[in-house]
Amino acid sequence: MLEAVNISKEFPGVKVLNQVNFKFYPAQVNAILGENGAGKSTLLKILTGEYTEYEGEIKLNGETVRFSSIKEAQNAGIAIIHQELNLIPELNVTQNLFLGREIKTAFGLLDTQKMEAEAQIIFDKIQLHVSPKTLVQKLKVGEQQLVEIAKALLSNAEIILMDEPTSALSDKEIDNLHRIIAQLKTENKTIVYISHKMDELFRIAERYTVLRDGNTIDAGEMKATTEQDLIRKMVGREVLIEKKTSENHFEDAILRVNNLNLINPNNKSRKLLQDISFELKKGEILGIFGLMGAGRTELLETIFGMHPANSEFDIEINGSQSIHKKPKNAIENGLAFVTEDRKTEGLVLGMDISSNISLTNLKALGLLNNTKDKASAKDYIEKLRIKTPSETQLCQNLSGGNQQKVVLAKWLATNPQILMMDEPTRGIDINAKNEIYNLIKELAANQMSILLVSSEIPEILALSDRILVMAEGKIKASYLAAEANEDKLLKSALPE
Amino acid sequence: MNISINHPIIKKSQSLIALFLLCLFISLLSDKFMTSTNLWNVLRQISVNVCISVGMTLVVLMAGIDLSVGSVLGLSAAVCAGLLKSGLSFESMDLFVGFTVLGAIVAAMLIGMLLGLFNGWVITKFAIPPFVATLAMLTIARGLTMLYTEGIPISNLGPKFEFIGSGWILGIPVPVWISLIMVLIVVFLTNKTAFGRYIYAIGGNEKAAFLSGININKIKLAVYGIAGMMAAVGGVLVTSRLNSAQPNAGMSYELDSIAAVVIGGTSLSGGVGTVTGTVIGAVIIGVLNNGLVLLDVSPFWQQVVKGIVILLAVIIDKMNQKNK
Repeated sequence: MLEAVNISKEFPGVKVLNQVNFKFYPAQVNAILGENGAGKSTLLKILTGEYTEYEGEIKLNGETVRFSSIKEAQNAGIAIIHQELNLIPELNVTQNLFLGREIKTAFGLLDTQKMEAEAQIIFDKIQLHVSPKTLVQKLKVGEQQLVEIAKALLSNAEIILMDEPTSALSDKEIDNLHRIIAQLKTENKTIVYISHKMDELFRIAERYTVLRDGNTIDAGEMKATTEQDLIRKMVGREVLIEKKTSENHFEDAILRVNNLNLINPNNKSRKLLQDISFELKKGEILGIFGLMGAGRTELLETIFGMHPANSEFDIEINGSQSIHKKPKNAIENGLAFVTEDRKTEGLVLGMDISSNISLTNLKALGLLNNTKDKASAKDYIEKLRIKTPSETQLCQNLSGGNQQKVVLAKWLATNPQILMMDEPTRGIDINAKNEIYNLIKELAANQMSILLVSSEIPEILALSDRILVMAEGKIKASYLAAEANEDKLLKSALPE
Repeated sequence: MNISINHPIIKKSQSLIALFLLCLFISLLSDKFMTSTNLWNVLRQISVNVCISVGMTLVVLMAGIDLSVGSVLGLSAAVCAGLLKSGLSFESMDLFVGFTVLGAIVAAMLIGMLLGLFNGWVITKFAIPPFVATLAMLTIARGLTMLYTEGIPISNLGPKFEFIGSGWILGIPVPVWISLIMVLIVVFLTNKTAFGRYIYAIGGNEKAAFLSGININKIKLAVYGIAGMMAAVGGVLVTSRLNSAQPNAGMSYELDSIAAVVIGGTSLSGGVGTVTGTVIGAVIIGVLNNGLVLLDVSPFWQQVVKGIVILLAVIIDKMNQKNK
């Protein structure tokens, strides 16, 4: 049995896990449920030895363990099947399977024959019908997943963690996976299963643990609960921020997106976004909600001109047709895009605040006006309450919340008509969050139009005048602020 | 007063302090070092590397590399000398174009720039790693140089042209003036223009720069073009100093140039570094070369010592980053 006692984990400024407790039983499927940001991934990373610093205890069959590396967790019999698969495409399935634990001959050379024979035995068991010599890049996603499972079996793992294993699988592949899971149960393995798909959980899981905002909310047997009940537990937090209730009326559409489609660059027959059309009105905050993988980020990226080769769409801004082949076009047409990841997309961390803020506003052949840039940076530091000794501080020395404010400042400095924000408050503390909420409201009150993508329901409810819900690359529902609530949003967002 | 090695001022001027110590050390061992003849000589010798290296700095700041500068130097030097000596003749049209000194220099710079632009085009258009693209150019340009010169030096280019490499203005050697002007231009570019800011931004975080609406490809193209042109300026200096364009001129100069950039504190992963740092790096290499000759160290040992200095510089840099 795998047990956690009062596990807490903190990142600078944010408590991600707060005294989490659970018990996972052998010969059962133990489901973990929770919204995005509830702490599931952090928990998995602690269990697999990726995060080594935390408070509390993990007990494996009654004994306290503390993994100081991924290797140690593996040796203790814990295997994980990641949502994004971790195989090396250029190697064949056997080479992947035995990576790091190759079987060798008496002379210390690789014993390919023996490894391939063993691979075949495991493949037969899990009904993976590929030759052990097949390159991984030739496999379908479902088959790759089975290779990952084979890897877990090969390591004699007693506890197998699965992070949304079915999110990319076809129905047939899902059935096969469920069959394998049933078989693993008979071998007394402990399965820990994360999924957003309720019907699936009710089919295969015996027990559940609900996490919310890093706390264990409830745990029990699947038999004794209902879908409604679980959803309520997942979202039913005390709402810290009040929901928007005022009925604002907006007249002029500033942005119209028609028939937007985006093709998956890795698999041309699949669409990441399908037939998306919507309008954004002047001064409106339009929330876009969806679970991981729903296509929210891709939607904003496409509008901003980041996928010119794979997308097709019509955009009208202020009634006139716009063509966005690169971000530069979109910026010139009054769009700004506060991206999800401030470190890799938002900021040049090695440059100072002032240089980052002015980056969107320089004329390519122009001279720098440091005095003006610094003055403008100072204005934003004051206005957005960026905590920093000066405008010449390097962005890498700022906290997450303050970095996020610099990203905002950088885009506000372009004087946009339309501000697109992707998870504007991810990973920042509650105070900075509130400041950013107030700022967003203020901007909208001053007639800026805002597209707000978020996976946090309270955030969407608190800010949006209207909410679009996305799932599997499509817009699934649209609600006015007054008619929206947590249940409705989450229900529309769950994949079918 | 309590000054530790980690004091910010000391950290910033680390390479300058190293240069000072190096000079001190050499002058203690050899009384020929601290003479004005020798010092001007050192500066004159490094002016070629300075020109190449400031161009290289821009490339490296952008997280790129240019291995072709030595060959580009060779080809533009050969073309410069060739045009000066025999001009251009188009027999079918019964036309002959002679070149003045200035005309030949401008032509050389254009050749260098074109070769650099070609590098940039390959890198941006086909997403080829700079290392590979410029490695190919290293071979191509050297081959073209051999073809153009037929393997024979082009010599006797006239006193006017010779003045560039050997003359003095206001008591300072002309090559020193020229490299100083190049340095000032590039310092201005990096510190005072949006173009320079974009170079740092691209090197620091290319994706963020792209999302900020910066035309990455244009900037890259321009930077490789400038690097090629700077190599050509170096080529003019070398040729004029020898009053002859050698077919193998500039061979392996890219190594000294990258060494100067790295010793000067510019990070090979881009985004961090300064042109003045590179100049100090080039001076350190020059002084080291000079000192080792004065101290009668065998040329083989000179190479070993130079390699060790490069390693030390990078290791110290890495340790500084860790302390941050």
